[in-house]
Amino acid sequence: MIMNVSAAVSVSRLAHRYGERQAIVSLDLEVPRGEIFALLGPNGGGKTTLFRLLSTLIPLQQGQVEVLGFNVARQTAEVRRRIGVVFQAPSLDKKLTVAENLRHQGHLYGMSGAALRRRQDEMLARLGLSDRRGELVETLSGGMRRRVELAKGMLHAPELLLLDEPSTGLDPGARSDLWDYLQQVRAEDGVTVVLTTHLLEEADKADRLAILNAGSLVALDTPDALRAGVGGDSLVIETDEPDDLAAAIRERFDYPAAVVDGSVRLERPDAPQLVASLFEAFPGRMRTITLGRPTLEDVFIARTGHRFWHERREAAGE
Amino acid sequence: MSSVLETGTETRAALQTRPWLAVGTLCTRELVRFARQRNRVFGAIGQPVLFWVLFGAGLGPSFRLPGGGGDVSYREYFFPGALVLILLFTAIFATISIIEDRREGFLQSVLIAPTPRWSLVFGKLLGGALIALVQGLVFLALGLTVGLKFSAVSLAAITLFSFLISLALTGLGFIIAWRLDSTQGFHAIMSVFLMPMWLLSGAFFPADPHGSTGAAILAWIIRLNPLTYGVAGLRRLLYWNAGEASLPADLPSLSVCWLVVLVFAATTFALSWQAAGKRTTGDLL
Repeated sequence: MIMNVSAAVSVSRLAHRYGERQAIVSLDLEVPRGEIFALLGPNGGGKTTLFRLLSTLIPLQQGQVEVLGFNVARQTAEVRRRIGVVFQAPSLDKKLTVAENLRHQGHLYGMSGAALRRRQDEMLARLGLSDRRGELVETLSGGMRRRVELAKGMLHAPELLLLDEPSTGLDPGARSDLWDYLQQVRAEDGVTVVLTTHLLEEADKADRLAILNAGSLVALDTPDALRAGVGGDSLVIETDEPDDLAAAIRERFDYPAAVVDGSVRLERPDAPQLVASLFEAFPGRMRTITLGRPTLEDVFIARTGHRFWHERREAAGE
Repeated sequence: MSSVLETGTETRAALQTRPWLAVGTLCTRELVRFARQRNRVFGAIGQPVLFWVLFGAGLGPSFRLPGGGGDVSYREYFFPGALVLILLFTAIFATISIIEDRREGFLQSVLIAPTPRWSLVFGKLLGGALIALVQGLVFLALGLTVGLKFSAVSLAAITLFSFLISLALTGLGFIIAWRLDSTQGFHAIMSVFLMPMWLLSGAFFPADPHGSTGAAILAWIIRLNPLTYGVAGLRRLLYWNAGEASLPADLPSLSVCWLVVLVFAATTFALSWQAAGKRTTGDLL
């Protein structure tokens, strides 16, 4: 077997727009093989556009995208054969049975006969669907359907599995099954997994993650390294006069206190000790003070200056 | 080594682009879906049969072929037109499903499969055309009860000819449906474009180029309508032995009908293929 050293995904100087709206500004990104990689970002951040470009659903406008060493614009067929895609919207034919859905999928990828049957049986067994093969998809629960989607996406043994918001609509149990499955295909089949998510706790399970905001990459690293880069534990202070208090803290302690969405935030390695000093220095000016380990949300705030859901609220007109 | 890895390696090694397999599987899917939705069968065949029986009975007494031809009842005259109407309804209902495919997300996974776009289009059209053809043949069997007679050769020719008409009409439906995102939109186009196309194909009333100005204009529209040649060809094939006298005057010759229907089918296929190459925002769910 030839060792293929090209990255699973390699993106350089990528830009994309829908009419007037710039969905991706200028993006460089590389995902090595064998990783579980998360694209995290608020809605409208550009992650779905990137997903569509990687899955060859929309044509490349500007920049370079290589998937498994093949150029998505020029070698589309080579890319398509090697990637498995699970869309956020269901892609199953509800009027057909589970097995029929998989058979059609296999045929579209050039599989047939005994080899297709073997592979199909195995996918069904692996996802616990063997006794459901003859059931119409419309009779299955949402969680079951998602499993069929996974079986469908993995049927042709792709080297890269792309998933768009895979845990949307799944209950916690099904979510954890999904992650077990992703870990398994990575470990046993050497499949690289790239998924988009708007859930911070989901991105935390990935090996590495990229945070996209307003069409740009704002962070790219392992979850731990990103958290470590925040600069320590975080303090969130609720107060009636956030701007004054933040200014006072900066003046008195020379700490980088910032106002985010009406609260004062700061990250310090010595944050636990700081709580007492703050109460002493500004008696009566703080309603609550919250001390926490840095989360990916803190990373997001540190890199963008606003809260993770900020844009969504803006978009909703709140 | 686990069995998982074995089938994975086996699968990867065997992957290749097989467009005809894709055509076959998409076509089969159409047939299976159709068979599972019984009301579609009834709707596509019920209405034309009803038309044929009722119009045959109601308009029969006042019908006379222009040019004063032989002794042709309206029910006989209308039979090829009713057959084309069945093909039209079925073909159109079959292609409406492209809108559902898109809305339900199925299309998205087909669009990124490693198979050429023409195979997607052809699989869809072939499936729709075969469904239309089967229903047409059921109606043809009904014709036996009113004295239509076919030889094996004429039946084969009728089948092939009906298939080409069906393919042309599914293609037409595909071109329209590809751009639409709701079936309501399709119904509007059905009533302002497809039904008139059928009405002005010589299916419902014969062209009368020597009549009044209005009739002469209609005769021209009928002459320019490709579906006219579908109806005319079927009329000639169905009344193979009946002699010129029982056919409307100015009916195009059979070879012209074959040619026009063939070109019609090839054109709608080509346009469908072209349409499917364009991405629409509806691809993105």
